[in-house]
Amino acid sequence: MSLLLSKATVPPVPPLPPVPSTPPVPPLSPSAARGIAFGAVRTHWTDRIAHALLWAAALALLCFVLAPIVMILAKSVQNRDGTLAGIAHFRTYLATPALWHSVWNSVWVSTLATAITVPLAFTFAYALTRSRIGAKGLLRNLALIPLLAPSLLAAISFIFWFGNQGLLKPYMGELQIYGPLGVVGALVFATFPHALMILITALSLTDAQLYEAADALGTSTVRKFFTITVPAARYGLVSAAMVVFTYAISDFGIPKVIGGNFHMLATDIYKLVIGMQDFSQGAVVALMLLVPVLVTYCIDARVQRRQMAQMSARSVPYVPRRSRRFDLAMAAFCWLVAALMVAVMGMAIYASFVKLWPYNFSLSLNHYRVGLVEGGVVASWFNSLKLALACALIGPVFIFTTAYLLEKTRGLPWLRGFVRLMAVLPMGVPGLVLGLGYILFFVPAANPLNVLYQTLGILVLVTIVHYYASCHLTAVTALKQLDGEFEAVSASLKVPFYTTFLRVTVPACLPAIVEISRYLFINAMTTVSAVVFLYGTDTKLASVEIVNLDESGDIGPAAAMATLVVLTCASACLAYHGLQRWLERRTQAWRGADERD
Amino acid sequence: MTTSPTRHDSYLSLKGIQKRFGGADGFTALRHIDLDVREGELLCFLGPSGCGKTTLLRIIAGLESQTAGTILQAGRDISTLPPMERDYGIVFQSYALFPNLTVADNVAYGLVNRRMPREQRRARVAELLTLVGLPERGAQYPSQLSGGQQQRVAIARALATSPGLLLLDEPLSALDARVRVRLRSEIRALQQRLNITTILVTHDQEEALSMADRIVVMNQGAIEQIGTPAQIYQRPATPFAADFVGKTNMLPATVDSDGHLRLGERRLQCIAPPGCCTDDTVQIFFRPEDVCVRGCDQQGENVLDATVDKIEFLGAFSRLTLKLADGAGASAPLYADLSLNDMHELRPSAGDPLRLAIPADRLRVFRQP
Repeated sequence: MSLLLSKATVPPVPPLPPVPSTPPVPPLSPSAARGIAFGAVRTHWTDRIAHALLWAAALALLCFVLAPIVMILAKSVQNRDGTLAGIAHFRTYLATPALWHSVWNSVWVSTLATAITVPLAFTFAYALTRSRIGAKGLLRNLALIPLLAPSLLAAISFIFWFGNQGLLKPYMGELQIYGPLGVVGALVFATFPHALMILITALSLTDAQLYEAADALGTSTVRKFFTITVPAARYGLVSAAMVVFTYAISDFGIPKVIGGNFHMLATDIYKLVIGMQDFSQGAVVALMLLVPVLVTYCIDARVQRRQMAQMSARSVPYVPRRSRRFDLAMAAFCWLVAALMVAVMGMAIYASFVKLWPYNFSLSLNHYRVGLVEGGVVASWFNSLKLALACALIGPVFIFTTAYLLEKTRGLPWLRGFVRLMAVLPMGVPGLVLGLGYILFFVPAANPLNVLYQTLGILVLVTIVHYYASCHLTAVTALKQLDGEFEAVSASLKVPFYTTFLRVTVPACLPAIVEISRYLFINAMTTVSAVVFLYGTDTKLASVEIVNLDESGDIGPAAAMATLVVLTCASACLAYHGLQRWLERRTQAWRGADERD
Repeated sequence: MTTSPTRHDSYLSLKGIQKRFGGADGFTALRHIDLDVREGELLCFLGPSGCGKTTLLRIIAGLESQTAGTILQAGRDISTLPPMERDYGIVFQSYALFPNLTVADNVAYGLVNRRMPREQRRARVAELLTLVGLPERGAQYPSQLSGGQQQRVAIARALATSPGLLLLDEPLSALDARVRVRLRSEIRALQQRLNITTILVTHDQEEALSMADRIVVMNQGAIEQIGTPAQIYQRPATPFAADFVGKTNMLPATVDSDGHLRLGERRLQCIAPPGCCTDDTVQIFFRPEDVCVRGCDQQGENVLDATVDKIEFLGAFSRLTLKLADGAGASAPLYADLSLNDMHELRPSAGDPLRLAIPADRLRVFRQP
């Protein structure tokens, strides 16, 4: 089935257990651990190349992942002039009730958004995997629509629907969309596809034989649901909840646009850093955000580690049976959700063509022509495109090569541990916090890397780092599916590792590499949080421009810019989809019966 | 190739190889392995999983480093050489064929790097594919071949660079039984034709017995016995070797005052090994097919009385599970393999008494560990 958006983003957990390319083999002695061990055997000069590359990767990750995060910790205990302030900033923070209020707001809003999104996404995923409804591909693509836009598109769209001049305002009575209501609504829209992808993966990994065994024992449908379906999906549920919560608590665009006077941690950081230039206090708030997210991430990592492979080679994939009433209910639910998705996305696009909301609803390109081109902000769209292309080209090369060095070469065990940690750490760091760390690290003139500040280069770096972990896990998953002995065979044939890397590993993993590229492109196009502190006058980005346009009341042009971003992302998805299909056809001969959807 | 004076008796020699994982209190995978591999022979490392046979192979390949010990190949000390500087071809259990390269490109993989002219390379690949019986398959991809064919491509690839040593790591265990049996003899014939020194790792005793010139029986990181298949089968050096290779009867016996052994009440025509004292318990060992059930009279050597407990039909022969009378052999069952002729003549059924004899020259005695 051809799914336009099927892989628009990479879920933050490795999506599937590795599919063995050869028949499963019995576990061997401990020594048979794959790859090549290292010790008294001398290092060949080609292996030294691998070591040098690994060192380079470690250095890059040290500079662009660890150092900025450490800077936040350092700054939080420093005064403006760099002298040690100890816990003074924390004390100030604790004594400010308004800031405490933000913490509470962030927590309850994120919790509520999680509590709404996860059950909705679970039902949707359940319908897609366990019912016989039609047009599953279309439904799935519609549900993944929000991935194509910056998160704040939903907020803008909500304003057109429910805002003071919104279409549905007359029916809302006293209800105000500006504030927690709008924030939660927009968060649900933005996080839904992320939860959905994880849950689809979790639900499709159930062995049909378990259900057959249960049927043979005369088990009721409800009991089967709670004893087979839910336990099998529980890791996915935990993961989805963590992802939604993290996304919600660290998202900045939505509360900025539709939050009104409702303060949250993310908006506080923005205000402290951009408005008041108070980096120390900003760092303290960033820590308040970093700590819960890191804790969430660690819990998730711990829980996921306990997950054993549920699908063995002997498992039989589940094929849903037809059931009229159930299928009908599921179809109704899915189409309702899809309609809401289209309504939200569609409203932003529609509004961008409306001449003068709410007075003149005739369609025109005014917002594009006057608002964007003549307003001189269309340059930011080009910047975004440049950023996205740069990320899509550079990111996969660095990420995949590093993952390869980690997984398939030998030596330097402690350095490997460091690189591995750095590769997954960004998942636990909200974009806004990462961005602040980048300012603190790159702005001081003493840092030779200071030249990068406000260039496109730093935006490329921060974007790749921000989305590093998912890409890394995708690369590792693909690499683990390759036979572990390729490098050993090459060595026995006196072929250096880099030849095998280019001749075998890269071609075999090309779908995953293209996937990483697409993921980075889409996210570079839509991200706000990581880049909002780092752009310069020449390097303004489309997503940031949406925030600024909205701030100055130009909500029409803001919608136009958002539409432009959506169109760019949709075209990119189509192009990537075509590329994947082309690759598939070209490699069909050797992939044989290998499945690719 | 370096010529050395010891070339003919020992092509590869391992001296005091040890391997420990995880520091001083870690797991010892190999303890002091001494071994000589003769030029042109097929040597088999045989043992249960976890016995260290694969580790030993990987140490020879340089894929794993030994904690102590030296390795000499053709007189050259290769103990610390990286894999790329050693001289061997290797075939893994998974074959590790490059999926995106054709069969011909897989076979030529090591040749490309040697800057061999294209024509010569093509000729070499054709020669190798013919050698392994796949002359027409060069343009296909590994995924289009059967498991057995993939296996042969992997061998061709390993042989392409004419290595002095061929290492096979459980090369047949991913194949189904029928193909496995056929490939056994094919690999053996190929190895003999090329006269290439080969080490085969396997946990399948039948594979080892049918293919190897010599077998190294390994257990818990140590060598139990080295010998030809016949020696290993007929004269196992340890109870482990006896038990691991083939079906065995292992019965406890006691030493009489005159040094003969006693199985329950029955005195055996068998002398205790040196160093045993009176009343010591030892293990006696014999194969089920050595049990004699026809024409054994009361006066014959090592005659025992038993009852038939179970009969298992196994095609060419039947295996009887027997219980010894008068408590001999405690509760341990005794197995006897009877040919179809024996079965016809005796027509045993469960519960029948049976008199049997064990020829003294087939008995082996092990001291209790």
